[in-house]
Amino acid sequence: MSSPSHSLADPGTPGRKCGTTGLGVCLDAQRFIKLNAVCGIVFLLLGGIAALLLALTRWQTIHLLPVDWFYRILTFHGINMLILWILFFEVAILYFACTTPLNARLFSRKVAWVSFGMMLTGAVMVDYIILAGQADVMMTSYLPLVAHPLFYLGIILVAVGTLVAVFNYFATLYVAKRDKSYTGSVPIVTFGATAAAIIAVVTLLHGAVVMVPTFTYSMGWTPQPDPAWYRLIWWGLGHQSQQVNVCAMVSVWYLLTHIVLGSRPINEAVCRTAFVLYILFINLASAHHLLVDPGVGATWKIWNTSYAMYLAVLASMVHGFTVPAGAEIAMREKGYTSGIFGWVTALPWKNPAFSGTALSLVIFGFLGGITGVTLGTQQINIIAHNTLRIPGHFHVTVVGGTSLAFMALAYYVIPLIFQRDFIFRGVARVQPWIFGIGITLLSFGMSFAGSMGVSRRSWDIDAQGVYGPAAHLWLGVLGIGGVLAFLGLLIFVLLCVGTLFFGPKIQDRAMADWGTPPALAGSSPGSLAHDHYATKGTMVLTLVFLACFAVYYFANWKALADVWPVR
Amino acid sequence: MSLRPLTAPWFHGPAGHEKIWLGCAILWCFVMSLMMPYWHFRGKQNSTGEAYSVKPADFLARTEKFVAANRVGTFKGPASNPMLGDLPLVEPPAGGDAYLVGRMWQWYPALRLRLGETYRLHMSALDLQHGFSLQPLNMNFQVLPGYDHVLTITPTSKGEFTIVCNEFCGVGHSNMSGKIFVE
Repeated sequence: MSSPSHSLADPGTPGRKCGTTGLGVCLDAQRFIKLNAVCGIVFLLLGGIAALLLALTRWQTIHLLPVDWFYRILTFHGINMLILWILFFEVAILYFACTTPLNARLFSRKVAWVSFGMMLTGAVMVDYIILAGQADVMMTSYLPLVAHPLFYLGIILVAVGTLVAVFNYFATLYVAKRDKSYTGSVPIVTFGATAAAIIAVVTLLHGAVVMVPTFTYSMGWTPQPDPAWYRLIWWGLGHQSQQVNVCAMVSVWYLLTHIVLGSRPINEAVCRTAFVLYILFINLASAHHLLVDPGVGATWKIWNTSYAMYLAVLASMVHGFTVPAGAEIAMREKGYTSGIFGWVTALPWKNPAFSGTALSLVIFGFLGGITGVTLGTQQINIIAHNTLRIPGHFHVTVVGGTSLAFMALAYYVIPLIFQRDFIFRGVARVQPWIFGIGITLLSFGMSFAGSMGVSRRSWDIDAQGVYGPAAHLWLGVLGIGGVLAFLGLLIFVLLCVGTLFFGPKIQDRAMADWGTPPALAGSSPGSLAHDHYATKGTMVLTLVFLACFAVYYFANWKALADVWPVR
Repeated sequence: MSLRPLTAPWFHGPAGHEKIWLGCAILWCFVMSLMMPYWHFRGKQNSTGEAYSVKPADFLARTEKFVAANRVGTFKGPASNPMLGDLPLVEPPAGGDAYLVGRMWQWYPALRLRLGETYRLHMSALDLQHGFSLQPLNMNFQVLPGYDHVLTITPTSKGEFTIVCNEFCGVGHSNMSGKIFVE
């Protein structure tokens, strides 16, 4: 069999040349990027509507939903946001990262159809069975809670469909190399996406190990798996999937700062090593969901928290430096050299792709990262486990971080892949700010209410009679933040959908510029490539970050020291 | 460049500001890693996960025996929370074992403890997973069916404390409540 070449450089390969960047676009990949991105955005909207209802219920003054619908919608929200929106969009990113940067053609259209079909079927199945009231078990579906078998089957289908897409990704990397569609080393965006894909395989295998026996149990074929075993393996799925998100998000940071500012990683070796650290050292961090569990000892908890987690934390702290440092170098080379922070004020804050990226980085690092590491400290978890502090943490990692970065990416994906310019560009410019501020408020509301002992996943706090006006106030902040974030999400979805139908078509011309900082007189590209002391602003910012981190961390040890002695 | 393959040699070690930051970050991760074993030996609040396998029916039988032997009164559940109902009030011997059952939707029984005494508090669930959340102190532990989770705990403040459930356990979850009194 003579297989056609998978290099877009060869004649006869279905591809086009991008009118904006001049890069090759594989038409097969383009179709599946479109399909997966559109599905992702639909699930984002569904999850977002659920989020609004939840925020208006936990806002105790409004208390919108009845009790059964609250838990139903909470399950629906978790599945649609954390699994469906994120996975569909990540598959789109994978198809992009293995084709355009390598000038390659997607390995197989058929495999992509199989993947897409399985994911969509599974997704519809899960959403249907939840809304039918047959799976009020939360996203985690902790045994002995048991849902309708379709719930588990749907999740298994989504997971296997994603694995098929990941296979297509690796196969494309292979044929691109074989057919010499590129020479040299893959760029950092593809490298980061590959790290995400590797972690996804590990994650989804955990999912299979835990979901298959739970499915057979729900069918009545096998005995009930042990609840503690379920928690251990489930978090091998639940936590690692978040690390897939982190890898994808960081890749998007590198991609967008490059597209908007022209920045490059200041040190390829260090940035790539950081991605490898994610792969090597995240696996055991799922332990930080079991820090106050029975049956696993203190040694196990401490080892699996610090050994594994802190090297992955190190990786995030590396990216947290190299991404802004890359931007600083690019800006200084363009001639924005005044003072320590002159380059910051000159950044294109009205470009939604840039403001989304910058907000994502700041929200993820300062809020999500600091709280996550602190709450995941073995003993500190005693004053945080299952309180609202936990969702207060992950809404600023996976929503303020990953989702916002993906939204920022859409401001380039839609013009470049769907080939339509955005409608209402002025509205688009404020969207990341509305969403970012909303989600930050939401997180503050959750975190402070959680510090006062308000638990997560609870319909009502008044029956207990122990929560005072301050806790109610913070739940109000949660509600207002939730409404604002929903508004930002709705604007995003309407802009995207409206643009797909009504956006001005782009054929053989460049997309409308969102705003990129022009080179000033005296700019000298590449002049700082070997100046290792040119990132003063980033140095100051990261040291401020470290100071905030230390204050929050030790304040929590102090709070812990005030509760009853226990062992 | 982030979007095109690299052709020139790209491997070089960290230098300058990047090296300084790497040093700070590694040092900080090291400090955080050492804090946990340090606290395990020097701190007073730790979760050791001490647990024993137990059948839910056996755990309930042990709890009933504990209640019968140590009951000192009745705790009248508040009118605001009809799901709780009345609970036996039980005072375990100082330094001895206490039992607490989590079930849909109450923590059974109510406990009376003495300030400064140390107790071995056995907790288990009869039906679903539950979350032991002691308010307003905000101390939280996981409670699973089939596991006798033992906390060696020393009350150091007086008053009335409420045990909230913070693991989802069905429609009555937000009403699931219990009591600990410290005198």
